[in-house]
Amino acid sequence: MKQLITVILCALFSFYGTSQEQKKDTTKLEEVVIITRRKLNNNRQEKTLSSIDDYLEKSNNVTMIKRGNYAWEPTLNNMVSDRLVVTIDGMQIFGACTDKMDPITSYVDVSNLEKVTIGSGQEGTENGHCVGGGIDLQLPTSKFNDSGLKSSIDLGYETNGDFFATGLDLEYSRQKFFISADGIFRTSENYDAGNNEEVLYSQFQKYNISLQSGYEISEIHSLDANIIYDRATDVGYPALPMDVSLADALISSVTHYYKPTDKPFKSLETKVYFNTITHIMDDTNRPDVPIRMDMPGWSDTYGFYSKANITKNNHHFTFNLNGFYNKSLAEMTMFSSNPNEPDMFMYTWPDIRTLYSGLFIKDNWRISDSQTFSSSIRLGFHNNRIAKEVGVESLRIFHPDIDDQQNRFLMSLASSYNIKKETLNMALGLGYGERAPSVSEGYGFFLFNSFDNYDYIGNPNLKNEKALEANFSFSKTYNKFKVSVESSYFYIMDYIIGDIEPSISSMTIGANGVRIYSALDNVSIFDVYLNSSYNISDSFSINGTLGYNYGKGSNGENLPLIRPFPYFAELNFKKPKFNVALQLDGNGNQSKYSSFYGEDETAAYAILNLNLGNAFYGKKGRTILKYGIENILDSKYSTYADWNNIPRQGRNFYINLSYLLP
Amino acid sequence: MKLKYLSPIVFLALIFSCSTDDNNDSNPVNEVEGLLLIKEIVNGNQTIELFNEKGLFETGYNEISIRIKNNTTDTYYENTSLSWIPMMQMPTMQHSCPKSTINKVSGKNTVYSGFIIYQMAGMDSSGWSLTIEYTVDGLEYSVTDTINVLQYENQNVASFMASNNTRYILALIEPKDPSIAINTMKVGLFKMENMMTFPVVEDYTITLDPRMPGMGNHSSPNNTNLTFNSTDNFYYGDLSLTMTGYWKLNLKLMNASDEVLKGEDVTEENEASSLYLELEF
Repeated sequence: MKQLITVILCALFSFYGTSQEQKKDTTKLEEVVIITRRKLNNNRQEKTLSSIDDYLEKSNNVTMIKRGNYAWEPTLNNMVSDRLVVTIDGMQIFGACTDKMDPITSYVDVSNLEKVTIGSGQEGTENGHCVGGGIDLQLPTSKFNDSGLKSSIDLGYETNGDFFATGLDLEYSRQKFFISADGIFRTSENYDAGNNEEVLYSQFQKYNISLQSGYEISEIHSLDANIIYDRATDVGYPALPMDVSLADALISSVTHYYKPTDKPFKSLETKVYFNTITHIMDDTNRPDVPIRMDMPGWSDTYGFYSKANITKNNHHFTFNLNGFYNKSLAEMTMFSSNPNEPDMFMYTWPDIRTLYSGLFIKDNWRISDSQTFSSSIRLGFHNNRIAKEVGVESLRIFHPDIDDQQNRFLMSLASSYNIKKETLNMALGLGYGERAPSVSEGYGFFLFNSFDNYDYIGNPNLKNEKALEANFSFSKTYNKFKVSVESSYFYIMDYIIGDIEPSISSMTIGANGVRIYSALDNVSIFDVYLNSSYNISDSFSINGTLGYNYGKGSNGENLPLIRPFPYFAELNFKKPKFNVALQLDGNGNQSKYSSFYGEDETAAYAILNLNLGNAFYGKKGRTILKYGIENILDSKYSTYADWNNIPRQGRNFYINLSYLLP
Repeated sequence: MKLKYLSPIVFLALIFSCSTDDNNDSNPVNEVEGLLLIKEIVNGNQTIELFNEKGLFETGYNEISIRIKNNTTDTYYENTSLSWIPMMQMPTMQHSCPKSTINKVSGKNTVYSGFIIYQMAGMDSSGWSLTIEYTVDGLEYSVTDTINVLQYENQNVASFMASNNTRYILALIEPKDPSIAINTMKVGLFKMENMMTFPVVEDYTITLDPRMPGMGNHSSPNNTNLTFNSTDNFYYGDLSLTMTGYWKLNLKLMNASDEVLKGEDVTEENEASSLYLELEF
């Protein structure tokens, strides 16, 4: 297989499951099982009440860009969200913030999900077109297991920032019917960086509730309905000049499952969905701003997919026909400081409608017991329309020859060859993919990027971004020692990035200027990771990871947000009812930073963490206790992915308690 | 056979078409529909009615529609010729302002139109007066009445002394409804030859640099300088506005040999030109 990292975070739905030690908590993302060569990094989830962001960050290829303590933006293979396709159970959903303050991952909580599937590069195109990869946050599957009523409670507290979280799960299951509900609440004050320096505007508060229900019509037909409501208020963004007073999402879907028995046609899953996001960004809490402004945004998406699995001989075919319609609108009002002058207004996303429909076909061919060859193709039609006439007119200021509509055909191809033997795994993959510009890249109007301090203007005439990709992975086990290497290389053509337009004056007061999205001829992005692990004894193990990342454009400039030399080492002691781990996590000095794209050099850092876990089993239920210290040495540091170098958390003591009722 | 069935339909159609014609004749179209009355000036048997979109005079460019009513027959004259003299009475002197001739509006029977550019306000019926000279039924008449000219909220007209010791009047005409777009900007440029004569200035260039002082003097791209259009004697250019709000349109007036007569470049040190117009939307 290609660099497919499937991080499966198994759910705890059944009390009669397999071994007890796996059931560590009541939140559903309870275990990280990493298929393929990611095993070295498993069991790195230390807190039962971690955010999705924390979970995602455990994967080698994923880094989270942080603008604050909340709503981190995932990057995959050193590529940001415009180059990824992030879906919730196959559902397309688009953030409503022009400044990427609401990545999709911020609208669901661990309690909503069963597992997270990460497909690197063209391996991630099952749900849409991408260059960097796909992240699918998967909801729990139906559970008609007649287990009656079950419930669990979670509590969590952390000293740094006075973080508090609590969750409640309820589930009732019969043979033909189930209903489950969960709610989670998280709140945090400003956190402290190393040396007890308070990071202002890093507070947040959010709750998330979800309701899932299913009905089995017959043995082969069943229906599922799912609704998630997520609401964050008072979210501070220390790295940005504005905060979020409300981020609100309603995510709903109805799914029909058809599972015939004993036929080559294995399953057909059809989903219709709707989601709506409201995102209110303002600077009410900031005492000193050049001008007061409000920047609300809205994003509504309607869509469907129909996914079939067919097995014939040694071939396993997956078909996925999907489509969506998205409406993205964002506006900005600046309140004039001179009472005689009117307020200033503009559409920053002038009501952009995106219509997509496409077909994905994948064939997984088992050549022999140890060899598989898989190939996939996705073809799609992508249409953008500017619904507001004023939007067309305003973009014509910069691009006089644009139309209100833009059609694109997109294609992606991937194939990989895998060898899987007892002590040896190898995978070789090639891919070609295209993506359409995102709404901001195509149609954004004076979007301020505090990272490089430029205003960005979209360009509807951008060509599709195209990527050629090759990847390789290899792992070998020698008794108690295991070593693996994985690497991928992307050659991206018409790479979309902002280009300085010196003749245009910035809108944001204090900005350096204006960049218009344009394309670099080509860029190269490369990464390689070396993982190794050694089992000293049954309960003692040690593992480590080293990485190298590279990104350069055809203009000779380093690309921004390329991870500098990461390393990780862990010492693990594990017994059925107790575990302890000491971790060292660090990055080398960011010598190849991109000053051209607004980066400065981030110094090397390393932090130490200590994590402990206990499990208690009693007649009245089971208690899981997780506790530890993060950043033991209280170092003050920030990583290359921290927006405007905001420092990360200093020393933090945490404790998570989960109680599962029998 | 077929004709027999068709004929009543044809007949009915004829009747209805005739009756619509009758209606048209008895109810003539309101030729000033959508316009508001600014003032009526009664002069014996005639009443002069002045209209525009707002129903009032303001400083700057005023497009004015006029018709003359025969007070005896309560109808409007269709064949008349008009001219006007706006006059500002000041303590020590009096002067007029730029104005157009008055011509019949094409497609209308009774409405005439023209424009006046008031370079200053005059309230309380002191100051501005308007003299209208007209010919009806072969007789010449003249009537003068005081008028009110309100101060427009922004500077939409500039009256200034240029470096060549000549006074010019520059008035913003378009955009009337600005939008976040590249707007067509239209201005009128007149020279004050004496107190009474304000001829159009031809073949000058007016450079344009729109700015938002409230946003750190933010500017916009793809503006063009205003150039003279000899078909209607106004100056035209492109004005791009990137957001709603208050805009200061910084200008420089240059003669045909590109010498700057008034105005300065906007720089870090110089926030605005001394020659500017204002816009709000």
